[in-house]
Amino acid sequence: MATFKDFRNKNKPNWCPGCGDFSVQAAIQRAAANIGLEPEELVVVSGIGCSGRISGYINAYGFHGVHGRALPLAQGVKMANKDLTVIASGGDGDGFAIGMGHTIHAIRRNMNITYIVMDNQIYGLTKGQTSPRSDAGFVTKSTPEGAIESSVNVMELALASGATFLAQSFSSDVKELTTLIEQGIEHDGFSFINVFSPCVTYNKVNTYEWFKQKLVKLSSFEHYDSTNRADAMRVLLEHNSLVTGLIYQNKAKKSYQEYIQGYDSNPLSQAKLTLSKDEFNKLIEEFK
Amino acid sequence: MMKTQLSWKVGGQQGEGIESTGEIFSMAMNRLGYYLYGYRHFSSRIKGGHTNNKIRVSTEKIRSITDDLDILVAFDQETIDVNASELHNEGFILADSKFTPTKPDEVKATLFAIPFSEIAKELGNPVMKNMVALGATASLLQLDAEAFRDVVQGIFGRKGESVVKQNMQAIKEGTDFLHSQIPVSYKSMKLASADGYARMFMIGNDAIALGFLAGGCRFMAAYPITPASEIMEYLIKKLPEFGGTVIQTEDEIAAATMAIGANYGGVRTITASAGPGLSLMMESIGLAGMTETPLVIVDTQRGGPSTGLPTKQEQSDLLAMIYGTHGEIPKVVIAPSTVEEAFHDAVEALNVADEYQCPVILLSDLQLSLGKQSVEPLDYRNVSIRRGKLNTNKEAENGSEYNGKRYQVTSDGVSERVLPGTKNGVFHVTGVEHNEHGKPSESASNRVAQMDKRLRKLSHLIDTYPTPIYMNRTCDEADVLLIGFNSTRGALEEVQVQLQQDGYCVNHAHIRLIHPFPTSHLVPLLQAANKVIVVENNATGQLASIIKMNAGFHEKIESITKYDGTPFLPRALYHACKELL
Ligand SMILES: Cc1ncc(C[n+]2csc(CCOP(=O)(O)OP(=O)(O)O)c2C)c(N)n1
Ligand code: SF4
Ligand SMILES: [Mg+2]
Repeated sequence: MATFKDFRNKNKPNWCPGCGDFSVQAAIQRAAANIGLEPEELVVVSGIGCSGRISGYINAYGFHGVHGRALPLAQGVKMANKDLTVIASGGDGDGFAIGMGHTIHAIRRNMNITYIVMDNQIYGLTKGQTSPRSDAGFVTKSTPEGAIESSVNVMELALASGATFLAQSFSSDVKELTTLIEQGIEHDGFSFINVFSPCVTYNKVNTYEWFKQKLVKLSSFEHYDSTNRADAMRVLLEHNSLVTGLIYQNKAKKSYQEYIQGYDSNPLSQAKLTLSKDEFNKLIEEFK
Repeated sequence: MMKTQLSWKVGGQQGEGIESTGEIFSMAMNRLGYYLYGYRHFSSRIKGGHTNNKIRVSTEKIRSITDDLDILVAFDQETIDVNASELHNEGFILADSKFTPTKPDEVKATLFAIPFSEIAKELGNPVMKNMVALGATASLLQLDAEAFRDVVQGIFGRKGESVVKQNMQAIKEGTDFLHSQIPVSYKSMKLASADGYARMFMIGNDAIALGFLAGGCRFMAAYPITPASEIMEYLIKKLPEFGGTVIQTEDEIAAATMAIGANYGGVRTITASAGPGLSLMMESIGLAGMTETPLVIVDTQRGGPSTGLPTKQEQSDLLAMIYGTHGEIPKVVIAPSTVEEAFHDAVEALNVADEYQCPVILLSDLQLSLGKQSVEPLDYRNVSIRRGKLNTNKEAENGSEYNGKRYQVTSDGVSERVLPGTKNGVFHVTGVEHNEHGKPSESASNRVAQMDKRLRKLSHLIDTYPTPIYMNRTCDEADVLLIGFNSTRGALEEVQVQLQQDGYCVNHAHIRLIHPFPTSHLVPLLQAANKVIVVENNATGQLASIIKMNAGFHEKIESITKYDGTPFLPRALYHACKELL
């Protein structure tokens, strides 16, 4: 059985020392080993950004795509081979600016994949511009007078869009994050995990210290029922979404591929490509 | 002498069943063994607005509509006002008496006002006015109403025998009514009988979709758009029978990237769109090129730029399809010119994408995609499935040469590909420049090695591609060489014949492999021509530019372009060619 080490490769991450993304990488590797995956059973798809480099640092099949399109790529991989465990990953700009449309629709579609966002509330790779997750007033290279727009509340948005698995975590809390990734992978449907993953170089506001002070763990609540959508929305509103843990899970809804009529029980990648003579003739006759 | 050809048109308001009237007429004629070719004039709205369906019927194979018209069936005055000028003097207008039809003074064709609506209403369903009109048509053609029974049965059989009977009665009454009106002296429109062989009757999009199905495509991701949607609609009906499926994505970017993900995952996946969608896919096309992932995209060209003329014919995406995406990648552009070719080219596009691990654009145009026509038998024996260097073993040999080198530099530029899920096969792909292992790399020498590897992939395609150019070379030294691509094939064929009748030596070439351009195949024809006329449905002469760029011969090449949204008509094109000769 594969261990944590089997999911490592020889590539040295080019992230800045202290970047939150290191821990997210470690959490994915641990979670994959903990649930008994082999490297060849896992595909990590990523977008473009500092965070997007993650697919290259995990010993698994990896697809580093284009900016904002990790989700459709990942859904395509899953459609081709539903036996694979597919993780899509990327930054907050990737998922909530350029790729926001895909995020909402992937949530609605509810395909059985896991989406992990490394949310640093800034654009790291392009050297420090505002992100849709930056708070209003946030000063960056592109918002010298402070951001005018308010930040997008992705947790509320995801819940409203019909998310069947919604979680949030903090890269410092590798233990909680690992558990959530395991749960997300095991969830039959789209699991969305937003991870606060501080950018130590360009975001001097939302720092490790800042998150430590602001974040509330749902596990510290006496009675939190993650199967209750209304409760989930309430807790997000009350805490301005600064909570970590499993926010909501709906186990009743089946994942996308289980609803497809006629969908092969084997992976599509193994489908027979030829038609029999009779099958072809039947198709032809329909046009006469 | 009996007629061997007939040009028939039905027109009215959109949503009035114009299309199905044309459809029933065509199907009946097709089953009698005639060759059919249809052209739909429609606008970008669902209800209201003039629409018409022009159908050419012939005892011989045809691939174009005609300039003129024998019979015009009109459900409103606008149809007459807009279309009557096409009628020749011996032609007929069959119009619903309901709107008291009149014809312009200069039109010499004979007008019959027939109570289409009234007869239908009396029979119990006003919708059947279309059937009455078909009956009147049958009367002019001296065609027995029974010729429609099979088709009517097929369409209305589900609704019960009484509905079939009612519709047949409507046809019969239409026939009888006109019969009683026509003086014996009228020249008959009777057609010479056809061979009685019922051919397939389909649009290009049907053939493309069928080709994909036969070629092993088992997944499609797409976003609806005219004139591409029928491909998706056919596959969503059929793929489930073969274990596959279609996803209607949130946009074309998702469609293209989902298709890339699925192809990477190992299933033959396509997407299809038109200009606006292709514009959105440009970045994805580059990703497929850079990650060396097979990807087939159909571009059914329509009037551009922007939303342009969304329901009209144009061939103006050519340069965008050849060059579109930033940077330099290997890309193939294939342009079938007939429905039969569209079927085989769809299969070939899948094979080429797998063999060369690169994006392939299957280029069509509105008239080829939507023009419904009789099609010669498609032979499944000509369908082969070739996946190139795809290794489908479940386990890669440990320590083999492959060893995760997805981008191994090879002499033909193509590297072995295993599928995710393969034991010991783990590899990484990225749109960032990368080394043989798919690891991002900015090293100058690696960059050059990988660029060269990718760009040399297609160097042999032109020599191995089955028919890069369709050629009808009738003479060694030609007065003129006609060149086109996609749906202009039929018009050019007819112009070739007409010019030959005038005594000219004419050759015809239709380019089927647009990119990489088959220069070596075209040059002998260019050399052997005094003049070259490139005919295309765009304003700037894009194909002519490509020919000049690749082959030269600037001094010989003339362009005939048309960008008014309508296809070339043989006679008008003939006159345009004559002016250049
Ligand atoms: C289409 C496109 N536009 C812009 C860019 C430039 N770009 C690369 S990454 C990025 C944003 C990165 O921010 P985020 O997604 O939050 O990732 P991070 O670097 O913070 O991890 C941008 C704008 C690009 N690569 N592609
Ligand atoms: S710039 Fe920020 S996000 Fe990027 S690697 Fe450095 S710390 Fe991480
Ligand atoms: Mg970011």
